[in-house]
Amino acid sequence: MSHAPRKSFRQSMAWLHTWSGLVVGWVLFAIFVTGTASYYRTEISHWMRPELSAPTADPATAATRAAAFLGRTMPDALAWSVKLPTAEHPTAEVYWWNNPAGPYHHALLDPATGEPSQARDTKGGDFLYRFHFELSLPPVWGRWIVGICAMILLVSLISGIVTHRRIFADFFTFRRDRSAQRGWLDAHNVVGVLALPFHLMIVYTGLVELGPLLMPWGVKAAYQDDILAYYAETGIMAAGRKPAGQPGTLMPLGEIVARATAAHGEVPEVVMVTGPGDAAASVTAFFEEPPGLAHLHPQIVYAGDTGAELSRTGDVAAATRTGAVMIGLHEAHFAAAPLRVLFFICGVMGAATIASGLVLWTVARAPKGADPAGFGLRLVRILNLGTIAGLPTGLAAYFLANRLLPLDLVGRADWEVRGFFAGWTLAALAALLYPKARAWPAALGVAALAYLAIPLVDALTINETRFLGFDAAMLAVAMLLALGARLASRPRRQMRAAQPNRSRAVEA
Amino acid sequence: MSARPMPGLTDRLSVAGRVVLAAFGGYGVAALSTALFALALPLPRSEAVSTGTLASFAIMAGAVVWVFSARTLRRAALVLGVIAALLAAGLWLAGAFSPMVVP
Repeated sequence: MSHAPRKSFRQSMAWLHTWSGLVVGWVLFAIFVTGTASYYRTEISHWMRPELSAPTADPATAATRAAAFLGRTMPDALAWSVKLPTAEHPTAEVYWWNNPAGPYHHALLDPATGEPSQARDTKGGDFLYRFHFELSLPPVWGRWIVGICAMILLVSLISGIVTHRRIFADFFTFRRDRSAQRGWLDAHNVVGVLALPFHLMIVYTGLVELGPLLMPWGVKAAYQDDILAYYAETGIMAAGRKPAGQPGTLMPLGEIVARATAAHGEVPEVVMVTGPGDAAASVTAFFEEPPGLAHLHPQIVYAGDTGAELSRTGDVAAATRTGAVMIGLHEAHFAAAPLRVLFFICGVMGAATIASGLVLWTVARAPKGADPAGFGLRLVRILNLGTIAGLPTGLAAYFLANRLLPLDLVGRADWEVRGFFAGWTLAALAALLYPKARAWPAALGVAALAYLAIPLVDALTINETRFLGFDAAMLAVAMLLALGARLASRPRRQMRAAQPNRSRAVEA
Repeated sequence: MSARPMPGLTDRLSVAGRVVLAAFGGYGVAALSTALFALALPLPRSEAVSTGTLASFAIMAGAVVWVFSARTLRRAALVLGVIAALLAAGLWLAGAFSPMVVP
């Protein structure tokens, strides 16, 4: 394995592709699955909070009520943020904090009362979204790990393209019956190549999203590490004002929302109050991204005491706009329903590329005849099974916990997350205890049953027609997993036929 | 892995060396070039920073591919070292290491 660097460029890239893909494959699989699910984060959150329907107050009133709640909860906060209710998000979502490093406190407020919503306590789709780039770890740690994995994936994609130079010829080749290894290699190539533009786009734009954390050296060199000055100068953020250091009174937040609505012609998405207890408080109204690819939210900043306009965002120049378009592409907010489906399918293909690559690694190294499997091979097999079959089971457990946990359970949202990890861990452990030959069909079969249970449990607990789409999607996932279980349980006669022309996967 | 020859210690060390060089050397070159872009590109300051940050990940990927494709570890380290030294010299010329005068 380590002789590769002395060989040709393509051989060294084959070596690099194999090993870079292996070491982070399992984390990448989890990142792809949760990221792909995040395309439907809003729909998932709706399903997980069935108590909520249409908002019951206009945005300005909701803003004033939210400010009253925040004023009681943390009057001396560094900042408050209020996401105004819309048809898609029927509650006022508030955050408040007095340290930029956190903790960031969070609540959903009923717009009608300004009090915490009575909807069940859950993290909803936001858990999957945050897991996608923080892995349920402390944010900075999680983001660095995800960033490192993304960098390794970028290297793996480049070396994979070099290795696999016959992209178009091989694309129309699917030698399922030649040998297990050929079949897995062709499957890996098909899903990898078919969505290759998506894979390259999603990994590079993901790195750009984490850019300020991973690569802060430009901001350090040119702005002495003052990232807010950089954001203000690029036009990404409108500049606020410095705190006065003495107490002041905030005008009703609803009035500022009304002014912002009149000034911009649409209701702001979010209003953020900086220094709410300070005489020089400022209120930033963030509007939805204008049509187009760029992830740039127009903003207007108002003085918190008088409501006078202080500043607003202007034009953003080419390089910064390019970065904003990359972030827009990654998040796909611009994508209407059909395009979103395409992004989702591409994300699934990304996960499938990773999964087939991981399996291919073990198939290509399967010992012949009676040779015992080495420790490395056994470890990779265990991790493959635990991740590829275990993670989907964990997700199903998360959704089932949402429907089945008692509504008045203390720390309910955290218990749902524990359900996710418990489902994942149990599925992985159970798969380990099974004999090797039947472990895959058993693990995928259990996952299929778990997804099948979701629409049934939903029908027995909530049973509302607006959730039929979500339930149908869960049914589709269950069918796919059942199909996988069936394929995995087929007798392996091709394996025996394949022995004579066994070759290294990466040299195909 | 029955069919494969077991790699010797030298080979293992050479691979480990490449991994370390790719990770830290690659990141170092990307970081230095981002800082140099930020200070030296003939663009408004904010645009220069954005350009440098956007390009940095491609630069790092290129450096990693170089480290693993070079004929020997020594050659890989030498070339990366020379590039890093040139970037650092450029940064020094651009005034990155002189005491900062706050305007």
